[in-house]
Amino acid sequence: MTTLTDPPKESFRLSMLIYDTRYRSATIQVVAMLGFMLLAAWLINNTAQNLNALGKPIDFGFLGESAGYDINQRLIDYSSRSSHMRAAFVGLLNTLVVAVLGCLTATVLGIIIGVLRLSKNWLIARIMTVYVEMFRNVPVLLWIVFLMAILIETLPPPNAFRGENATATMVLSDSVAFTNRGVYVPEPLFSRSLGDLHLFGESAVRFDISLDLVVVLIALIGGIIGARMVKKRADRIQEATGDRPTTWYLVLGLIAVPTIIVMAALGFHLGYPALKGFNFQGGTHMRNSLIALWLALSLYTAAFIAENVRAGILAISKGQTEAAGALGLRPSRIMRLVVLPQALRVIIPPLISQYLNLTKNSSLAIAVGYMDITGTLGGITMNQTGRELECILMLMLVYLVISLTISFVMNWYNESVKLRER
Amino acid sequence: MSDIAFVRTEILPQKAPPVAATGFIGWARENLFSGWFNSILTVLSLAVIFSVLSSILPWVFSPTWNGTSLANCREILTAAGSVGEHGTTGACWGVIRERWLQLMFGFYPSELYWRPILTFVMLFVALGPILFTDFVPSKLIWFSGLFPFIAAWLLWGGSIWNPLVALAGFAIGFGVFRYASTALGALAAIILAALVPILWWVFLAGPVASGLSSVIPLELETVQSRNFGGFMLSITIGVTAIICSLPLGIILALGRQSDLLIVKSLCVGFIEFIRGVPLITLLFVASTLLNIFMPPGTNFDIILRVLIMVTLFAAAYMAEVIRGGLAALPKGQYEGADSLGLDYWQAQRLVIMPQALKISIPGIVSTFIGVFKDTTLVSIIALLDPLGLSNAIRADANWNGIVWELYGFIALLFFVFCFSMSRYSMYLERKLTTDHH
Repeated sequence: MTTLTDPPKESFRLSMLIYDTRYRSATIQVVAMLGFMLLAAWLINNTAQNLNALGKPIDFGFLGESAGYDINQRLIDYSSRSSHMRAAFVGLLNTLVVAVLGCLTATVLGIIIGVLRLSKNWLIARIMTVYVEMFRNVPVLLWIVFLMAILIETLPPPNAFRGENATATMVLSDSVAFTNRGVYVPEPLFSRSLGDLHLFGESAVRFDISLDLVVVLIALIGGIIGARMVKKRADRIQEATGDRPTTWYLVLGLIAVPTIIVMAALGFHLGYPALKGFNFQGGTHMRNSLIALWLALSLYTAAFIAENVRAGILAISKGQTEAAGALGLRPSRIMRLVVLPQALRVIIPPLISQYLNLTKNSSLAIAVGYMDITGTLGGITMNQTGRELECILMLMLVYLVISLTISFVMNWYNESVKLRER
Repeated sequence: MSDIAFVRTEILPQKAPPVAATGFIGWARENLFSGWFNSILTVLSLAVIFSVLSSILPWVFSPTWNGTSLANCREILTAAGSVGEHGTTGACWGVIRERWLQLMFGFYPSELYWRPILTFVMLFVALGPILFTDFVPSKLIWFSGLFPFIAAWLLWGGSIWNPLVALAGFAIGFGVFRYASTALGALAAIILAALVPILWWVFLAGPVASGLSSVIPLELETVQSRNFGGFMLSITIGVTAIICSLPLGIILALGRQSDLLIVKSLCVGFIEFIRGVPLITLLFVASTLLNIFMPPGTNFDIILRVLIMVTLFAAAYMAEVIRGGLAALPKGQYEGADSLGLDYWQAQRLVIMPQALKISIPGIVSTFIGVFKDTTLVSIIALLDPLGLSNAIRADANWNGIVWELYGFIALLFFVFCFSMSRYSMYLERKLTTDHH
């Protein structure tokens, strides 16, 4: 008879750290962590030594000093006596302006082009293919400087609008002027204004919000909410009785009437640009740098969005369209109720990354002199103060925050439209 | 009895389809004029095409190839009679004829142009066994492995021992790996194979190279980095970043997919950081900060610094593309590899990676295209890529006022490169398809 004994109790040996799968992952992680910390310590040590040798230890005090340069395209008050921090904030707002404008136009353009690429019309589909390939295969920086050159070279100077035999005229019943110094558009004005709301006192990130605009927006949003309630009520009645009450005049009235009343009460009117002296006065002046950047980013990103839209629509199987047709839906409703909601799930994730790309590409503003955050904080401020490390760190942080915010918001939206699988 | 008078016994020959349904007319009715809306669209787009072509074509075909300055071009155009209401209408191609070598090579010494040209030709020979496995003998892959060292030597010049000693580092690493994996085991072998070459490059390579070159001086004339420019610079940066970012991206993607928490979070942090900031800020780091991060007194080449940052940038994007490929593989592939008894690296090398990389080819190529396009950004940190050179050329008194010709030429070259890359990826996708239809 054999006796079974317990295997001899294994004592821990050093080699088990490598050969025993129970410990190996821990070993690898510790080694990786040590390596990373050594590398980080080495880099920080080098940086500290170098900065000491250069005599400029890390110090963010320069942000409070007077910037001393001008920013011609800005949303908020700023002068060359303002601080570097203020200049960076102006730049940040400019980045956001061009990113938001660009995302909007790129989405609209991209959807139109993507749908047209699938058109049954051979010629239209080919033209859109040429557009997409043309923009996707040429660097965006080239498009930006190219459009800037087009605007400067082909548009008339302001003095061409002057005199009896002016060679250039304003468009849209004398309200918009395209000149080689930029585009002048009418600005909204309120004659019985409520004044501005001053936020953040006297700090560098202070800004004003027009109360008129807030009130108008509140009226508009209230109208939209009311219109949705009307629609919901119509849905309930339709479910209960089968008849849908006519609602379009109620919806239109709820959205338009309060807004129009509020705008009339505040004395809304447009301030038109007019030629005075050497240049246009009044209205809103959008400089060529902004227009070129906005156009180039929109056209370039639209080509990518068009491809995503096309892929999304193609991903919906033909059976869906046919089944919807068999239910008796009209083509427009098939698109709106069946194809698009499903295609959106495919389109949205790549769309998010296109928005991110557009926002990051807006940093190329520096090539045409549009003062975004790269142009102010990473451009003139960095060169004037010589604080490369601080400026670039702040710049990267700003872009990281913007990117992470966009992807967070869009991921949340993506989650809410995701297919609920069981 | 029926009173049928006539029964046909044979089938009638088929009639030809109506003219309006076949040939060009039928095709046009089907595809261009299939309704009033489509007809309007077709007519409108024909009008747009006509107006665009009628303004661009005369401009392109202008007889100014031999113009010596913008004023001279205008004289030629006036003599040829192409004068519009805003002065002459026509391109001034003289600028391209005079400056195209500069747009290609920057300020590279003209008597040494054979070196970049030879490198460019060799690039295609080296790419052959990788890109066209059907037509090129696979033995040439050895040349592909050696190519980076030959290319660096040819482009920058200097002693031949520098690239050879650098290459020796890889040979040493491989030798250590072979020896250690039998003596010490796989993990230790990998760590050693990474450490020993680094020690070799940092401490021994320099003295050995200088010693060897003093014994056997064999060198090409050195070309400074600041003389690099034009498309040569774009291609150098683009190709290097592409080649180096692929292995780095694979490692990062594997790290991000791994179960090891610390490794994973390091990889995620790196990838998300790089993807969250624009390339231009990384180029600012290359131009101003990278020297501060190095030990005091280090001052290394601006192109090398740009190469490092562009490679890191591309690697982060590559990692995400490959991660997509890894995630798309069915779980059964991982389990199948495990059940065959393959260890982690064998499974990755033999089962997972070949499939994951195949799935991610479109993404990989579009990352390549993106990186190549992004090389134009180096003009912002004052390197003379084609875009940077175009500004320099426009500042020349002879060519002051030239816009379209230069940008058009540069755009055309970029288009040719990027478009052929995307066509190649389509070819590769078709070739590698193993689906059954």
